[in-house]
This record gives sequence, structure tokens and C-alpha cells, in this order.
Amino acid sequence: MRPADLLSSAWRAIRSHKMRSALTMLGIVVGIASVVLTVGLGLGTQKDVSEQIAALGSDLLIVSPGSSTDESGMRGGFGSGTTLTRADADALASTVAVPDAKAVAAEKTASVSLEYGESNWTTEVTGTSTSWPEVRSRELLYGTFFTDEQADEAASVIVLGSETAQELFGSTAVVGQEVTIDTESYEVIGVLAEAGSSGDGSLDDLAVVPMTTMVEQVDSSSASESVGTIYIKAASSDLLGAASQEAESLLLNLHGIAAAEDADFTIEVQDSLLDAATSVYQRLTVLLTGIAALALLVGGIGVMNIMLVSVTERTREIGLRKALGAAPATIRNQFLIEAMILGLSGGAVGVIIGVGLALALPAALGSTIVVSGLALVVSVVVAVGIGAVFGVYPAARAARLAPIDALRDQ
Amino acid sequence: MTVMTSDPLASAAPVIELTGARKTYHTGDIEFEALRGIDCRIFPGEYVAIVGPSGSGKSTLMNILGCLDVLTSGRYVLAGEDVSTLDEDALASARNRRIGFVFQQFNLLSSLSALGNVELPLIYAGVAPAERRARALAALERVGLGDRSRNHPGQLSGGQQQRVAIARALVTEPAIVLADEPTGNLDSHSTRDVLAMLDDLHAEGRTIVLITHEGDVAARASTVYNVTDGQFVGAGTEIAK
Ligand SMILES: Nc1ncnc2c1ncn2[C@@H]1O[C@H](COP(=O)(O)OP(=O)(O)OP(=O)(O)O)[C@@H](O)[C@H]1O
Ligand SMILES: [Mg+2]
Repeated sequence: MRPADLLSSAWRAIRSHKMRSALTMLGIVVGIASVVLTVGLGLGTQKDVSEQIAALGSDLLIVSPGSSTDESGMRGGFGSGTTLTRADADALASTVAVPDAKAVAAEKTASVSLEYGESNWTTEVTGTSTSWPEVRSRELLYGTFFTDEQADEAASVIVLGSETAQELFGSTAVVGQEVTIDTESYEVIGVLAEAGSSGDGSLDDLAVVPMTTMVEQVDSSSASESVGTIYIKAASSDLLGAASQEAESLLLNLHGIAAAEDADFTIEVQDSLLDAATSVYQRLTVLLTGIAALALLVGGIGVMNIMLVSVTERTREIGLRKALGAAPATIRNQFLIEAMILGLSGGAVGVIIGVGLALALPAALGSTIVVSGLALVVSVVVAVGIGAVFGVYPAARAARLAPIDALRDQ
Repeated sequence: MTVMTSDPLASAAPVIELTGARKTYHTGDIEFEALRGIDCRIFPGEYVAIVGPSGSGKSTLMNILGCLDVLTSGRYVLAGEDVSTLDEDALASARNRRIGFVFQQFNLLSSLSALGNVELPLIYAGVAPAERRARALAALERVGLGDRSRNHPGQLSGGQQQRVAIARALVTEPAIVLADEPTGNLDSHSTRDVLAMLDDLHAEGRTIVLITHEGDVAARASTVYNVTDGQFVGAGTEIAK
């Protein structure tokens, strides 16, 4: 029998039992639609999680003074807080030495009491550069961050965290107000948008001033060149490792240290966060894949069930076809192809419904669903495969029927 | 249409040769011998009628001759080939090439048109669509249904359905046409039509084996065998024309 005839004969059989074919397809439709949805939900969650991690700064390297090999964090007679300098930060910001870094910001912090009228509030004041909002992924609720000019002339300007502003002023709309630190007054030029809390406490209780202002006025008692921490934002999270290596070799060089074990600084990645999120995501993927596989199994059993009914119901037809010269393989192939066509059409409809739901649901659920082209192609292939696998047994049964027994069937 | 030699009995080799043919059915513990040692030789171009009371084993014999069923013991040689040595594929091919069936119940597929039904054996023979169509249409013309080729079985009378079945049996130009009570479900008018077509096929030189329990139908054959309790009673009766 010619392949084209086999196909058209299978197609005719499907069309002549419309209701039954539709019901068979239903199982596959549901299975494939849920695969498309669960895979989409998995990918969407992965995207959400990695976006959240990116927002928290997963592309962030933290350079701190002191050696990680030294348990106390101290080296010899030096204080741990003095090995990193503003010059180090400037060198790290060079695109030649550290090409995979996008932005660098050094931080020098001190706990300081802010005053406004009768109220005062003690918070962490950070002296840093203009790249700080980019490096720390922060945005401004009101006003602006300080400019390079303001940084150069050690202007008396300050940017407040929203919580700090709330505590001092009872409001966050305080741009243009003045706060006093140690009798010196500073103009509030911006208020940061909320960032929530990290392990160390609130990210919204802080004040930021230019590094020059910090060392000349706010915290003039400390060594003016040393900084507490240098943050390096990598060009992308993939380049985090490369940026880390570039930064390490540059700093070793600058500090005149030959062996990495002797380094007087430590470079950390916020990878504990990444690890935790990845393991959650992986468990979610396994769960969703399991559900999808189950849905497909049920769909496949549906195909087998209906194909078996079909074989029983069409026994006489099978007998006649054999009497007219159909070889067992021909009968088997016809039933197999029927099952595969059912799988294919069920898969196609399932993909359409799945994509439709993937487009409609996020609005209702608030979760991201990513439709991947590869997943769609794989779904349809799997649907055809399921038709084939679950069609094999009914097809083999049909092929085995003795022609006379089949013909005599009422 | 190929026209075969006019004097078939002159060629020595039988197209059908049964020797000691036995068929035992098992229903649970009960054994039933439907055929009890039948010997029979049918030569190319013969028109054989098989008659006998209900339950005597006529259909059983027909199924054996049509390679739809196998003997419990004995030998069946079809066109020089021992059928017991053939596998399923070879049997399917033998049915397709050598034999045309006409059943009492017509056995048309209701999902196919008359043309589709007649095309079926050609599909299994692997004939290309254009040729298949032409041959199926010609076969339908021959049975006088050229204008009904698009009708489905449900849209045809019983007599017309049986004519479609005859078209299907002759479309492969088989050497043997097996007909099991082909007129059993037909009125006298349709019966005459169907029998006339079998006569035509016989006149073309094809071997016809016709099962019937009607004497006047059997009278058209050249040889009549009488079956009772799974055995031939007496030798084949040659009918003088
Ligand atoms: N599959 C089977 N299993 C068991 N017994 C069977 C089977 N087929 C036929 N028989 C028995 O074999 C005997 C012969 O049956 P067969 O159909 O050949 O009769 P028949 O001569 O064609 O009768 P009719 O004229 O009524 O069609 C019957 O007694 C029947 O009950
Ligand atoms: Mg019978």
C-alpha cells in the first residue's frame, strides 16, 4: 500500500468517527496545553527569580579589606579597614584593567546623628561616588542623586533613605529641606525609593553623601584615603567570574602582592542568594515537569483506550480489508497512523490553547509565563510520539486478528 | 479485460486442489468437525456450485478456499502453491491477486463511496491513484453503476450494493471469484442481475465457485457439489448445457 493512501485512509477513518476522534484528542489537548503552561510557568518563574536576583545585585562583586584566609579578618598589625583606598576604586573603574565591570562604587560609612529641628535620628551615612545608584540598583523616589560637580567640590548635599526621611521629617517629600550633622547643614537633594530589607537590616534607613563631603566634613577623623567596601557591578551576571578575576589581579598588582593567598582583600559574590534561588527554581521545574508528564500519560492512555475501542468496533472492517488483500503490517500501520494523526492534531490544538492561556493568564494571576518556541515544537513531537507509543498495542492487536474471525464479527 | 482460454478443462493443472481437507472448530471443550475430509479439484474456467443444507459446512469450505481460514488437516493447493506454507503476508497477497469475494452481506465499507469501495483491493495492490480510479470506474460501469460511483452504500439499494461488491471482486481481474450466497439477501430481479454478471465472468474464463441453497441458481453452474455434514455426497455432478 502506498504511503499516501495509508495517510488518506487513516484520515478518512478519523473523519468518519468525528465525535470519538474529538474525545481522543481531548486527552492530548489537555496534556499538551498543560505542558505548554507548566513549562511556560517554569520559565516565567525562572525569569522572575533571576530578575529579582539581578535587582538585588547578583551581578555584584563585593571587595572588602582583609584576607578571607585569616580567620579574624585582620592582617598583622594593620587594621582591617585600611587596606582598600579610593585609588583602588578609581583603578577598578578603568575599562582597560577591568573590562567586564560596568560600574564601580567605593563606600565609606560612619554612624552619624542627623538633626532636623527638634528631631534627630542616628543612621549609617555612606560616602560614595555618582555611580552608586547604578551599582547598588537603587532608584530615587524624589529629587536627584548628586552630580560629579557636587562630588568634586564636596558640596553639602545629602540623599536620604525613605525610612530615614520618615523618621526625621515625618514625610518623604523633603527635597529642599536641610538636615544638620554636627552643626553643619546639608541640603536634601533626593530621597531613595524603598528597597526593602536585607539580612543586615533595613535598606531604607541610610543617608548618602559625596565621598569628598564624607572625608572632609562628615567623618573627617578617619583616614581620608581608605574606604570600607568597593562594589563592582559586572557587565552581566555571566561575566561576574571574569570581572572578579580581573579585579583580583589588578588589586594584587596595585598592592604589590605576588600570591593570591596573601591578598589583603576579599572579593565575594552574592552567590548564596543565587544558589538558594536556583535550587528553589530547580525543585519547581521538577514538580511542574512531573505534573505535565502525568497529564500526558493520562492523555496517552486515553488514546490507547479509544484506539482499542476502535479496533473492537471496526473488527468487521479489519476482516474485510484483510480479505481484500491488506497485509498485517498494512492494518497495523493504518491504526498507528490514525493514533499519530490524533496525537498531532491534539498536540496542535493543545499548543494553541496553551499559548492562548499563557497570554491570558499572567494578567489574571500576576505571574510571568514564558512561551518558548522550542517547548512548542517539542510538545507537538511528544504528542505524535504519544499517539505512536499508545497506538502500538491497539494497532498490533488489529493486525493480528484472523481475517475470518474478524469478518464473522457482528 | 483479459479473456482466458475458452476451453479451461483442456489445461491440466487444477487451480484449486483440496486433499483430505478437515476443519475442526473448538468452542470451549466442545469440538466440532465442520469439514470431514473433502477432496476436490477445480480447474481454471470452471463454474462450480456448492449446495447443501444449512450448517453442512459450505461457508467453512468457502473460507478455506478464500485463504481466510486454514485447514486443521489436509492439503490445499491454490494455483500450484501449498497454502499451508504461506505466511500472513503471502496469504494477503494471494487473496488480493487471485481471489475476488462476493459475500451474502455485501460487506461494503459504509464510510467509503461506491468508487472508494471498488478501489480498495487496488489500493492494497499498490496501484497508482489515476489508474486505480479508471479501473474502478470501468468496473462500476460494467455492473451498470457508472452513474452511482459517488453514492455511499447507505444510498444504494441492496441489489446495487451487491453489484458494487461484484465490481470490487472483478476489479483486480482475479482468476477465481468466490461467492457465498450472493443472492441470499436479494429479490428475484436483483438475483437475476447478479447471476447474469457471474455468468459473464465465467464466460470471460474466470473460475467461479458459488455457494447457494437454491436449485435453480446451482443449475447455472457447470459442476455441482453436494455437501452434507462436512462431506461431499457423491461426485460433482456435471451439468450438461
Ligand atoms: N467459528 C466457529 N466456531 C465453531 N463452530 C463453527 C464456527 N463456524 C462454523 N461453525 C459450525 O460449523 C458448521 C458449519 O458452518 P458453516 O457456516 O460452514 O455452514 P453453512 O453450510 O455455510 O450453513 P448456512 O447455509 O446456514 O450458511 C456449523 O454447524 C457451525 O455451527
Ligand atoms: Mg454459510
